[in-house]
Amino acid sequence: MSIKTPLKKVTGLGSAKSGTTHFWHQRLTALANIPLSIFLIWFIASVAGANRLLMVVMLSNPIISSLLILSIFSILWHMRLGMQVVIEDYIATESRKILALTLNNFFVIGVGALCIISVLKLGFGG
Amino acid sequence: MAQLTLPKGSSVKAGKVWPKPDGDNIREFKIYRYDPDQGGNPRTDTFFVNVSECGPMILDALLWIKDNIDATLTLRRSCREGICGSCSMNVDGLNTLACTKGMSEVKGVIKVYPLPHLPVVKDLVPDLSNFYAQHRSIEPWLQTKTPAPGTEWKQSHEDREKLDGLYECILCACCSTSCPSYWWNGDRYLGPAILLQAYRWLIDSRDEATGERLDNIEDPFRLYRCHTIMNCTNVCPKGLNPAQAIAEIKKLMIERQI
Repeated sequence: MSIKTPLKKVTGLGSAKSGTTHFWHQRLTALANIPLSIFLIWFIASVAGANRLLMVVMLSNPIISSLLILSIFSILWHMRLGMQVVIEDYIATESRKILALTLNNFFVIGVGALCIISVLKLGFGG
Repeated sequence: MAQLTLPKGSSVKAGKVWPKPDGDNIREFKIYRYDPDQGGNPRTDTFFVNVSECGPMILDALLWIKDNIDATLTLRRSCREGICGSCSMNVDGLNTLACTKGMSEVKGVIKVYPLPHLPVVKDLVPDLSNFYAQHRSIEPWLQTKTPAPGTEWKQSHEDREKLDGLYECILCACCSTSCPSYWWNGDRYLGPAILLQAYRWLIDSRDEATGERLDNIEDPFRLYRCHTIMNCTNVCPKGLNPAQAIAEIKKLMIERQI
C-alpha cells in the first residue's frame, strides 16, 4: 500500500514534453492520404487483371512508382500513429500495452519494407 | 485505463419505491442511491414529487424529496443559480447542473445519477479530489517575472476579450466526466475543464509563464488524449466550448515548433 496525495498522483513522472510531433504527423498524413488514396484507387482499377509485363511497364514510370511508394509510406505511417492511440486508450495491462505497441511498429515497418521493395523490384524490370 | 465491465458490487439494482404523495401534479424520479456505511450494491430509488409544492428545477425537486420524503438523500448544492457548480449531476443521461435544468425539459421518468466514472462518496456526491488536484497542477494563477507595478497589471480591452468564454467556467466537472477519454485515462489526461482553465492562463496577456505552462501540459496523455469527441462542448451547462480551447492549445504547441 502506498499513501500519496492527489497532487502527487496527478503530477506523477512529470510532463513527457512530447506528443506534438505525433499529433502533427497524424494530421499531415491524413491530408496527404486524400490525394494518395484517389491515386491508389485509380492505380488498382487500372491494373486490375493485368499480367506481370504490364505491371513492370506501369511501375517503370517513375511518377507512378513514386506515388505508389508515397502512398504506402503515408497510409502505413498514419495507421501506425492511429493504432498507437487506440492501444494506449484501450489496453489496460502495462505489459500487454508495451507488447502491442512494439508489434504495431514491427508490423508497419515489415509490411512497408515488403511493399516498397516489391514496387522497386518491378519498377526496375522485375 | 479502459474498463469495459463494472467492478464487483457496482451494478445498479432496483431500490425502494417510496410512497406517492397526494396531489394531481406528480412527477416520477428514479435516483441513484449508494451508502458506503450500509455496503452492498448501489440502487435506484423511485420517488414521486408533488411538483405543485416545489420550484420548477430538478434541484427544487431533490430538495423537496429531502425535506418531505427521505432526509438521507445526499447531494451537493449551494448557490441554486448556476454559479457555484456544486449540484452537477447526470440528469436524463446528460451531465448538467440540477439548479438550471428544468423538470419541464425532461419527458417521463426523471433519472438522476451522480457524475459518471468518479468514485461515489454517497448518493449523488462524487469524489472530485483527482479533478481538483489536476486543476492545482496547471497552477491557475497569474505568474509574472517582471516586478509588480505600483498599480495594477494593465490589460487592453482586446486582450481582455480573449478571456471571454473561458473565465466563466465554474469547474462543475460536467464536461470532464462526460468525456470517454477522461473515463479511460482520467488519472493522466487532464480533461476538458482543466485544459480550458489552462488555456485561460495561456492566453492571458499579463501572464509571463506561457512557455512553462505549455511545457507542463505537452504530454501524450495530459493534452493529447483529447480525440475531439465533443461531449464536453455538448454538455457544458454554461454554454462554453472546452473542445475549442483544447484545439487552441494544440495550435500553440505547433506554433512554437514551426
